[in-house]
Amino acid sequence: MSDLRVASGGGPVIPKFGQGTACLRHNHWFCPSWVHEHWGDTLQPALIQHIKLTIVVVGVGFVIAFLLALIGFRYRRLHPVLGAGSDVLYTLPSLALFAILVSITGLEVITIAIPLVLYTLFVLYRNIVEGLRSVPAEVLESARGMGLTRRQTFTQVELPLATPAIMAGVRIATVSTISIATIGAFFINYGLGSPIFNAIEEPDIFRTELVAAGGLAILLALAADGLLALLQRSLTPWSRLR
Amino acid sequence: MVTSLFINALQFIPDNISLLLQKALETAELAFTALGIAIVIALPIGLWLGHKHRGLTLALGVSSFGRALPTIALIGVFIAWLGVGFWNVTAALVVLGIPPVLTNSYAAVDGVDRDVVEAARGMGLTERQIVTGVELPLGLPLLIAGIRNAAVFVVATATIAGIAGVEHGGLGQIMANSVTYGQDGVLAAAFVVAAMALLTNFALGLAQHAASRRMAPRA
Repeated sequence: MSDLRVASGGGPVIPKFGQGTACLRHNHWFCPSWVHEHWGDTLQPALIQHIKLTIVVVGVGFVIAFLLALIGFRYRRLHPVLGAGSDVLYTLPSLALFAILVSITGLEVITIAIPLVLYTLFVLYRNIVEGLRSVPAEVLESARGMGLTRRQTFTQVELPLATPAIMAGVRIATVSTISIATIGAFFINYGLGSPIFNAIEEPDIFRTELVAAGGLAILLALAADGLLALLQRSLTPWSRLR
Repeated sequence: MVTSLFINALQFIPDNISLLLQKALETAELAFTALGIAIVIALPIGLWLGHKHRGLTLALGVSSFGRALPTIALIGVFIAWLGVGFWNVTAALVVLGIPPVLTNSYAAVDGVDRDVVEAARGMGLTERQIVTGVELPLGLPLLIAGIRNAAVFVVATATIAGIAGVEHGGLGQIMANSVTYGQDGVLAAAFVVAAMALLTNFALGLAQHAASRRMAPRA
């Protein structure tokens, strides 16, 4: 298989210029009629795919990062190694990683998901370790004075106090994932990147589709960020007292 | 099967070294022109806001909005608006390079010990001298960290510009054209892009390290 691109079979319907409305024929920046007409067959499915991918990626990334962070937190000597490892991963351009993985895992959604998970590790690992470390020594001392075991100290003192830093990491990881996932559609037709690339591949760039899909990606990122901020507030009720 | 693919891709590099070098140079030219312009725009604003300890919301807002922007859509908008060309893509890359530089230069100056700044003011330094002579050198490691983030990001994104059909679009052009270059070529270009990003990160990491060592208090 020499051609990496997937044919856009069943993908977005590209309007034939000349047959569409005046707005489409003039390729205006935003034609509401097109968005209305193709919401069901193009934009909504892409949006749902994008949301699914983001939830899976951030979820898996969080579990892996949390386990790594526990190791890096407990065995301090390993922390620089794990930190440097996640730093190198984060440096690799997503386009390159997607291209390399296509030859290993094929044209499947997993090919986009793996690099995205790797990217979340960088932010999440750092934030979890720093959050856990930021707990003041006096607090730990008094926890021990109160007779808490090591395990109780972790679940009842260190983890709650690290929650704001951890949630900040989750927010950054989620927003970045939503944004970077669009690039994956260059290789695999999945998510909001598909309509974006479809629009760009039109000879004149199909502006309405580009703006609608790009705008949806931005709105999704901002909405996810807002929701996670609310979640963070409800997880740390004590921080509202300040 | 997979290993032979990788071996072929690695063979593609020496066989087509002049093509890859030329395309890598194009990517570098796009990326570093944009990075330079982004620094010229964002650095003074970040330094000034940080010096005044003002505009935290702006600095944070710019960085989180920058993170939410889908790069490929932004490049598409610039091309649709201004047409395909070196400067149009550069403009899109500048937009993407500004947030990390702005946020970090703000944080670098904002985080300088206020007592040190007070002492400098007491010694009769002008505000300008305080920024350039005290806050800038002390905040330099963090500031270079921001430039480092921006550089790595812009190099990666400059590659994406190539797949949006820009002429002289660099390595992305090879990656977008598997019909001509084959899967070996796509993989080889991916390796070169990865190497460029790692090299950029490493070089600026050294600069950051040097800056923080120079600024560390001597025992």
